[in-house]
Amino acid sequence: MRAQFVVAETANGLRRNVTMTIAVIVTVAISLSLAGAGLLIGRQVATMKGYWYDKVEVSVFLTNDIAQPDRDVINTKLHDLPQVQTVYYESKADAFNRFKDQFKDSPDLVRNVTPDALPESFRVKLKDPTKFDVVATAMAGQPGVEEVQDQRKLLDKFFRVLNGFQTAALIVALVQVVAAALLISNTIRVAAFSRRRETGIMRLVGASNLYIQLPFLLEGALAGLVGGVLAAGSVAALKAFFVDRQLKARGGITAIPFIGWDAVFQTWLYVVPLGVLLSALVSFVTLRRYLRV
Amino acid sequence: MIRLDAVSKVYPAGTRPALSDVSLEIDKGEFVFLVGSSGSGKSTFLRLLLREETPTSGTVEVDGKDVARLSSWKVPALRRSIGCVFQDFRLLPSKNVHQNIAFALEVIGKPRVTINKVVPEVLRLVGLDGKEHRMPDELSGGEQQRVAIARAFVNRPLIFLADEPTGNLDPGTSVGIMKLLDRINRTGTTVVMATHDSAIVDSMRRRVIELDAGTVIRDQARGIYGYAR
Repeated sequence: MRAQFVVAETANGLRRNVTMTIAVIVTVAISLSLAGAGLLIGRQVATMKGYWYDKVEVSVFLTNDIAQPDRDVINTKLHDLPQVQTVYYESKADAFNRFKDQFKDSPDLVRNVTPDALPESFRVKLKDPTKFDVVATAMAGQPGVEEVQDQRKLLDKFFRVLNGFQTAALIVALVQVVAAALLISNTIRVAAFSRRRETGIMRLVGASNLYIQLPFLLEGALAGLVGGVLAAGSVAALKAFFVDRQLKARGGITAIPFIGWDAVFQTWLYVVPLGVLLSALVSFVTLRRYLRV
Repeated sequence: MIRLDAVSKVYPAGTRPALSDVSLEIDKGEFVFLVGSSGSGKSTFLRLLLREETPTSGTVEVDGKDVARLSSWKVPALRRSIGCVFQDFRLLPSKNVHQNIAFALEVIGKPRVTINKVVPEVLRLVGLDGKEHRMPDELSGGEQQRVAIARAFVNRPLIFLADEPTGNLDPGTSVGIMKLLDRINRTGTTVVMATHDSAIVDSMRRRVIELDAGTVIRDQARGIYGYAR
């Protein structure tokens, strides 16, 4: 019975304040969508790192006119390094075949590249990927070595761009959260004011503080919940749009590992409760200030 | 039932105290008129009983409990034992008579079954049975005050406070309201009524406490309104 009363009052309150409630829902949804997107980007970066860092190698590119003895010296030196896990050799023909395979979607590009264009190389897999310098030092001054390239550095540049996107998304999300909090506070204030007759009588008649405050808190929490659910939906749509479309375009096989639905569900677990908590907390604090008890 | 012990109340913006060193006792079942000109402290007195305000000094006791010392979650229970009506009736304009009275019961968690039983009873008590579905703006002033009285009395409070209940009513209707308050008093409820209505006070000859600028200048067992000189 008491629950019925509280629910009825909450519904009443929502109906009286529809426009402001919608504004709250939209603001909360936007801020949480951005936060969720930021989280997803973070997960994507983590996934890619996890996949690639394992596979990165140090590439020792050889000069075009290298002589066999030098080749042997380099091979032995690399094998002798204690930090090295595996070394494998990629000839120009191997390189060309790999190139053809990777870019089979772009036949024009392949046609313009001759088997001779790509350099031969030694691909070194280190036990500890951070010890790139070991290889660089070992190859310093070695005749026949064109360049020693740490593929990790290339990846790091890429990740830095992605992290930049994530930071931007989270900053905008934070600003939106502040806006949402202010909006919720104002909505509750207006609601409390417009219902002062009812709350005055409730106080007079001896209703407990909880009874008086609860409908307002529920209104705020409900708006936050709807906003959170909308944000969850948009995060899922984001994943479907960006990730699944990319996968579909490449026929499901790709060099880049993408996040799966489990990442999305995990994000939901953050986003939806955050929406409810934010709204409820702000409502509670506002009520303490503006609702006399 | 009600005890004030050297109670003073100074409002933050006030130049002189609203109540100054007031001590009195009201027993259970008494009917007390609180008279005095505007600003004499009548409303402050009632607000102290309801704990809308706390005394600056002294103790206010209701039913043996020091009101100022109550923790804030116990205050609703205090207010449930006190019924209160006002000059402006304070009904909810968007609810009908039944709903207005039911509201007072719903907000303290009474089940619907109890409400539907008790509300018609109390409406009959105040003489409004049959008018349950009328809206406040369809009622006369006297009828609205009866609804307010019904709402205040429905929980059978220990104390019934009335802050100028006949202030907006004509003399004839006022008599009807007073008869009602008298009936309530006869059920054993302590009634404290603040009023300007000299005719009512003179005709009922009950205990009269007169306030003037915050002090009690008269406390007569079967008094009239008249000014003490």
